[in-house]
Amino acid sequence: MSAVAAFRVDPRAPRLLAAGLHGPLPRFLRRRELDGLMAEIEAAGLTGRGGAGFPTAVKLAAVARAGGAVVVANGTEGEPASWKDKVLLSMNPHLVVDGAVTAAALVGASEIVFAVGRANRTVRKHLERALDERSDADVDVFVESVPDRFVAGEASALVNRLNGGPSKPTIQRPSVRGVHGRPTLVQNVETLANVALIARYGAGWFRERGTPEEPGTVLVTVLGAVRSPGVVEVELGTPIHDVIQRAGGLAALPQALLVGGYFGAWVRARDALELPLTNAGLAPLGVSLGARTIVVLPQDACGLGESVRVARYLARESAGQCGPCVFGLPAMADALERLDVDRIHRLVPLVAGRGACSHPDGAARFVASAVEVFADEIERHRRGRCRSTNHEPVLPLGASGEWR
Amino acid sequence: MEMTMHLRLNPILCDGYGQCAELLPGLVELDEWGYPIVPRRALDRRLEPAARRAVKMCPRLALSLERAA
Repeated sequence: MSAVAAFRVDPRAPRLLAAGLHGPLPRFLRRRELDGLMAEIEAAGLTGRGGAGFPTAVKLAAVARAGGAVVVANGTEGEPASWKDKVLLSMNPHLVVDGAVTAAALVGASEIVFAVGRANRTVRKHLERALDERSDADVDVFVESVPDRFVAGEASALVNRLNGGPSKPTIQRPSVRGVHGRPTLVQNVETLANVALIARYGAGWFRERGTPEEPGTVLVTVLGAVRSPGVVEVELGTPIHDVIQRAGGLAALPQALLVGGYFGAWVRARDALELPLTNAGLAPLGVSLGARTIVVLPQDACGLGESVRVARYLARESAGQCGPCVFGLPAMADALERLDVDRIHRLVPLVAGRGACSHPDGAARFVASAVEVFADEIERHRRGRCRSTNHEPVLPLGASGEWR
Repeated sequence: MEMTMHLRLNPILCDGYGQCAELLPGLVELDEWGYPIVPRRALDRRLEPAARRAVKMCPRLALSLERAA
């Protein structure tokens, strides 16, 4: 049995994290071959793995139509609770480069920019070593390190930085006016790695894992009260409990889970553990996969205190451009700290949807979920008590560095 | 399909001068920090002249009228 065949039959074997197993990338030179590959990506039902979950084929087609495009492989991962892109770029950089080269051929781009966070020098080193090992004709390849800010990876903020501006969002659509003013495909590195797999094995193979509506595997960062925190690759639809098992299992009694990162939402552990890891599966809880991070909050931690810390962090990470974000995010953090639930309910609709990017929306969703899930804890704090016996912070925060 | 007009705000440019709320009472309201809340729905035809004035008068040029199908 060949290595590839063996890896096909084991449903737990990795695809994205299987380095050195996939063999050379097929060359798509003729128009007809490229059209065929575009059809495969569409048939595979691949969606963006960066958080927004937009259909990849639609995005590729839009940029291809515009002509003269640039491809940006987005490995910035400014979300402090997410490590999956850093792990992918370190373990399997060639698969990401394969995907970027393939995407460049599909959209007719002659330039690829790989963007990584400035603090992650190791990730950059792995990527540069991989790039040195190969020669991808017909395309110029650059690696750029961008500031370590939460919003730096937002597509328009990334384009803004690559054009010499600060890592702050703009109202320009990158697909229309991006790097050098040219139509730009900004695609998450995990999405690109999946493009490289579909280019090799096709849509049918891709759909052997996952659910019919949400096919494929995903990288999930599992943190908090688990025995081996880290990044696991699971098929979409895996019960959350099994995802946690893949990270060594629970290390303490779970109280709540933060699903989808800091733009995601808190859910009660008992409501979530049996649910499948898909957007459809999590919809009843009003949660989506987002950044595909699961943080397990143990019983002895204070969800309220954790949420205040993150709400303050998100307020600090506002790019400072849009009034409702500049004033609304600190106001939400203050209200949460003062246990003023009524004010939070008033602030959430006043903040969400009123920025140039979705930063205020994500922060509002996070705070709103904290108020709901930690209602008992808020009541306890009103009476001057806190459940926490362990004041070690569970949720990691970023460094809030430079904007340029 | 009939074309409708939408009032759009660029929240990056907006500094909360609040003139739009004065020129478009009942349509644009200011939040507690003085920033306009611009409804997403199609603009009532009768309000178009006032909206055009508000677009022209915005000191930050943050408002625009856009056609949408």
